[in-house]
Amino acid sequence: MNTDPLTPVLTKRWLSPQSWRISTYEKLEGYTAFRKALAGTPEQLVQLIKDAGLRGRGGAGFPAGVKWSFMPQNEEKPHYLVINADEGEPGTCKDIPLMMADPHSLIEGCIIAAYAMRSHHCFIYVRGEALHCIRRLNAAVREAYDAGYLGRNIIGSGFDLDITVHAGAGAYICGEETALLDSLEGRRGQPRLKPPFPAAAGLYAAPTTVNNVETIASVPFIVNGGADWFRQMGTEKSPGPKIYSISGHVERPGQYEAPLGTTLRELLELCGGMKDGIPLKFWTPGGSSTPLFTAEHLDVPLDFEGAAEAGSMLGTTAVQVFNETVSVPWAVMKWTQFYEHESCGKCTPCREGTYWLAQVLERMVEGRGTEEDIDTLLDVCDNILGRSFCALGDGAVSPITSGIKYFRDEFLALCQDARERNATVPELVGAQQ
Amino acid sequence: MTIAPDKSATAETPVPEGHVRLTIDGEEVIAPKGELLIRTAERLGTVIPRFCDHPLLDPAGACRQCLVEVEMNGRPMPKPQASCTMTVADGMVVKTQLTSPVADKAQQGVMELLLINHPLDCPICDKGGECPLQNQAMAHGRADSRFRDRKRTFPKPLPISTQVLLDRERCVLCQRCTRFSDQIAGDPFIDLLERGAHQQIGTAETADVFDLASRTSSGKPFHSYFSGNTIQICPVGALTSAQYRFRSRPFDLVSSPNVCEHCASGCAGRTDYRRGRVMRRLAGDDPEVNEEWLCDKGRFAFRYAQAADRLRRPLVRDRETGRLEEAPWTEALRVAAEGLAKARDGKGAAVLTGGRLTVEDAYAYSKFARIALRTNDIDFRARAHSPEELDFLASRVVGTNPDNGVTYAELENAPLVLCVAFEPEEESPIVFLRLRKAARNKGTKVVHVGQWSTPAVRKTFGELLACVPGGEAAAIEGIAEHATDLDEQLQQDGAVVLVGERAAEVPGLFSALHRLSSRTGARLAWVPRRAGERGALHAGALPTLLPGGRAVTDADARAEVERTWGVEAGALPTEPGRDTAGIVAAAASGELDALLVGGVDPDDLPDPALARKALAAGCFVVSLELRPSAVTEYADVVLPIAPVDEKSGSYLNWEGRRREFSVTLEGTGALPDCRVLDTLGVEMDADLFTQTPEAAWDDLSRLPTRPQRNGAPDVPHAQPPAPGSGQAVLATWRQLLDDGSLQVEEPHLAGTARRVVARLSKATAEGLGDRVTVSTGRGSVTLPVEVADLPDGVVWLPGNSEGSKVRASLGAGHGAVVSIAAGGER
Repeated sequence: MNTDPLTPVLTKRWLSPQSWRISTYEKLEGYTAFRKALAGTPEQLVQLIKDAGLRGRGGAGFPAGVKWSFMPQNEEKPHYLVINADEGEPGTCKDIPLMMADPHSLIEGCIIAAYAMRSHHCFIYVRGEALHCIRRLNAAVREAYDAGYLGRNIIGSGFDLDITVHAGAGAYICGEETALLDSLEGRRGQPRLKPPFPAAAGLYAAPTTVNNVETIASVPFIVNGGADWFRQMGTEKSPGPKIYSISGHVERPGQYEAPLGTTLRELLELCGGMKDGIPLKFWTPGGSSTPLFTAEHLDVPLDFEGAAEAGSMLGTTAVQVFNETVSVPWAVMKWTQFYEHESCGKCTPCREGTYWLAQVLERMVEGRGTEEDIDTLLDVCDNILGRSFCALGDGAVSPITSGIKYFRDEFLALCQDARERNATVPELVGAQQ
Repeated sequence: MTIAPDKSATAETPVPEGHVRLTIDGEEVIAPKGELLIRTAERLGTVIPRFCDHPLLDPAGACRQCLVEVEMNGRPMPKPQASCTMTVADGMVVKTQLTSPVADKAQQGVMELLLINHPLDCPICDKGGECPLQNQAMAHGRADSRFRDRKRTFPKPLPISTQVLLDRERCVLCQRCTRFSDQIAGDPFIDLLERGAHQQIGTAETADVFDLASRTSSGKPFHSYFSGNTIQICPVGALTSAQYRFRSRPFDLVSSPNVCEHCASGCAGRTDYRRGRVMRRLAGDDPEVNEEWLCDKGRFAFRYAQAADRLRRPLVRDRETGRLEEAPWTEALRVAAEGLAKARDGKGAAVLTGGRLTVEDAYAYSKFARIALRTNDIDFRARAHSPEELDFLASRVVGTNPDNGVTYAELENAPLVLCVAFEPEEESPIVFLRLRKAARNKGTKVVHVGQWSTPAVRKTFGELLACVPGGEAAAIEGIAEHATDLDEQLQQDGAVVLVGERAAEVPGLFSALHRLSSRTGARLAWVPRRAGERGALHAGALPTLLPGGRAVTDADARAEVERTWGVEAGALPTEPGRDTAGIVAAAASGELDALLVGGVDPDDLPDPALARKALAAGCFVVSLELRPSAVTEYADVVLPIAPVDEKSGSYLNWEGRRREFSVTLEGTGALPDCRVLDTLGVEMDADLFTQTPEAAWDDLSRLPTRPQRNGAPDVPHAQPPAPGSGQAVLATWRQLLDDGSLQVEEPHLAGTARRVVARLSKATAEGLGDRVTVSTGRGSVTLPVEVADLPDGVVWLPGNSEGSKVRASLGAGHGAVVSIAAGGER
């Protein structure tokens, strides 16, 4: 068994000089997998991905092979593959580095996935703010066309594929797959009613699969390495390597690719421990939408099951680490302000709820909160969780409910301070202090 | 005492094909597959609160007010589900707010959230008292709010048009209005802007408030003939009309069902009045006709009846001063009767009724002409018309009804609808909505034979078969040879051809359509523009037809009518009378001694100048009118009559469906035409038995429909006119909102009319500059030029709009050759 805690797969080329060039990529095994894939059948590829147990890396962890198999067998309508590269979750920074450092692994993955799903047009929807990344992707797509890996009759296989890189316009909601599709069609980015699901009626009402960047970039490795190799990493239900994006109060924040199921304790060792030795206070396992963890959870295996069992979610493995200098209510307020700003407005609970929650938290942090506000926060969260149209609302309440769950005292302290301050103000008009 | 059965009755009931059995609040219910939970619950009597849900709009699931708990296959779903988006399934167990504390709390929670940013201005809000938010907040909300922070505020109100005003603070963002605009009307009207708590409804113009830079690229100007519907379906007071806002409270109003008098769509509506004055009109709910929609003309154009110059007393022209003076009814009726009787016994009297009468009133005119004036000189067609049209109406239209003719439902299910010389959005807006619905939901193909890609062509996802005005008949004749795919589609079951009033201006078109319909089997329906035309046709207000479609030349039919009317055998005139043009020409040349005119504007007639000449020619003119008009100017006797709100009656809509309505405003003293004519008849020793609309209908009902189905029109189509240099062929029809006499006193409505422009092809507009002057020997019209996809050598003008009164100014109509020249700078 490999004792090295790191398993560089997706990240293995990142440190090579000009790793984003097609020449570098091809020197390092690049564009070998799609040749094998195109020699096989779409059904074989879907089965391979199912066998490998690859789960979606966008947060929900849905088995990718199963998702691919939802695409209809016929081609009555065009099939579309859409890559969700709208990485916007606070703390999450894996897809953009991947596309910056190794865009061709994504493109090769797209070719294989598109072939498996009988799609001839793939869209990569990139977060609009990531301008440098968009340019690099476009350059890589051009290189791939020039090499004959995209376009008509790819390497003489008879398979055609076009890739379009599309820049979003800066909306968190467009990371939600149906909102992304609306946005890609040129509409307002707001989530669609499901059913119909994208595999039945997605982009332009045609069968569509939306996959995360990291998911698709894993595909060439699986084709080359096989399902068994992939399953050597990670756990039974969550196999494979995963890019853990560690940010915050650690000595060496950054991307650490390790098998799924790695714990924070192990990750902290990899990144040199807590910054300046100040103890850990709280952390998110997978971005701000996943409920907080504390030092109690250092040994929780960070895979889809482990995180869920401990009361959170694996999410995007965006590990944000906060030390004891950080106020939980303040951090929660900042996150809530983000959700208030990014709520798309379609449904009432998320639109109005985040507006309300942000104001209550701001008031609390300013020292004008009351103890009742804590109950109100929790009850409003209860009225949002599971009541909103999409998962944005659910994510928005995670920091608040988990923050109060583990750090109620801090919230209470803010309110008590406020009460004491107010208590010194004489109630009777004109009375002396 | 009622004893509830031990076991639900449905338990043993087999589930019919296409249905499922589910449980709602412990009660088993069988529901058709595909039904939304919220409707199934409603059928059980459980009203789940909702805002965004509307039965005629696509589900949105946006407001989240209708959450319920659902269990599928014995497994509870983890989250409460929106009952407005979830369809029923077999074995589903649903718990609404009545039995589920989770659903109840979810609903209370959403309601509280909806109210945090809602202003507490119910006491001054138009919706207060009929507000779904207010009502549902009382039923499903908390008694007080926990919200202590800042409400979101917006400047208000924001005018979306001259008629519709938006209060963004009151808006709960249910998106009914935007979905209506997008799905039902298809207009670039309003949409969502911004996001999160700043999300708001707005237009291309209001969006510029936030981004002045986008002004140059701002969207299309606001245009919708259906904007008023958004006000009616708004579940809060966010959308109000300039016409009604702050005028009254719902609980002060008395509501009365009505039928719209503006076009032949036959919309069911509701009139709300207070202290004898109509305050507003709303759409009624008639799934077979207008569903729950109304066009803005039907909704807002009713103040003509409240105009200050309304005629309330009879007027008789003073022989000495030459002026009209008020007179008692008895005197006015005596003078009118004497004049008409004298004329009848002299060179004759004729009747022009116009197309806006109820069936009952038209019948009274028809009967009055035959037995009081002993003439067949009667015609309801106050517009361009032709003998070919008469044959068409007699052979193909009269007597059709929803049981044997084309209906709205058939339009909705037709594989193909061919619109010929018919502009549905302008001439029959609800037909247009149904065509759009058919095309959008069921893929109906809509083909328009016209001159340019009008908004209706685009919004019905239609196809334009463009031809030169006057070339429509040739185009129809050419389908078999040149458009074989269309020809095949016309032969499909359920294919429909709709033809409009403009067809009367195209020689041979009715004949061509009759042949097309006979050959392909496509059903053919006539959609007149005015509300009264189908009824007047049925009532026999035509020179060739007696009531029920009986030919005046048919001796048996005449005898039947004579017996029914109790007049002596042979009393009815035997020869066909003159049509409108014939009557006008005869009066102008002194061949008639009297005219009885009911609600006709000379400027609507084919030759307005000749019509004025006829009125001024010295014959005795009796005018039945609501307000002073060009006819009353020349009238010897003016008899005031009641507007629709003040009388009862019925219209036949284009389907031939009877649309009955009762009196809204009682006791105003205004009399319907049929009553006035009945009394006038008595003065002339003729008993009409039309004292009341009800009596008139009963009398007409004794003459069941007996149309003559032979004598179909057979006129060869003419060659389309060929304009010379500096000339063009005129295409023209009326816009829905224009200078029509029933739209007076409505400045807010007028502001939403379409821009008045002349349309030409790019090549034809070449060298004309920004404005074009269209002229004939009679006069000219000068309008801004808009380039459209018309055939070259054609100019389109709106028929009766500000600055473009085609008949009055040019004395010409659709298909005429006119001169065009640069119109100079404005």
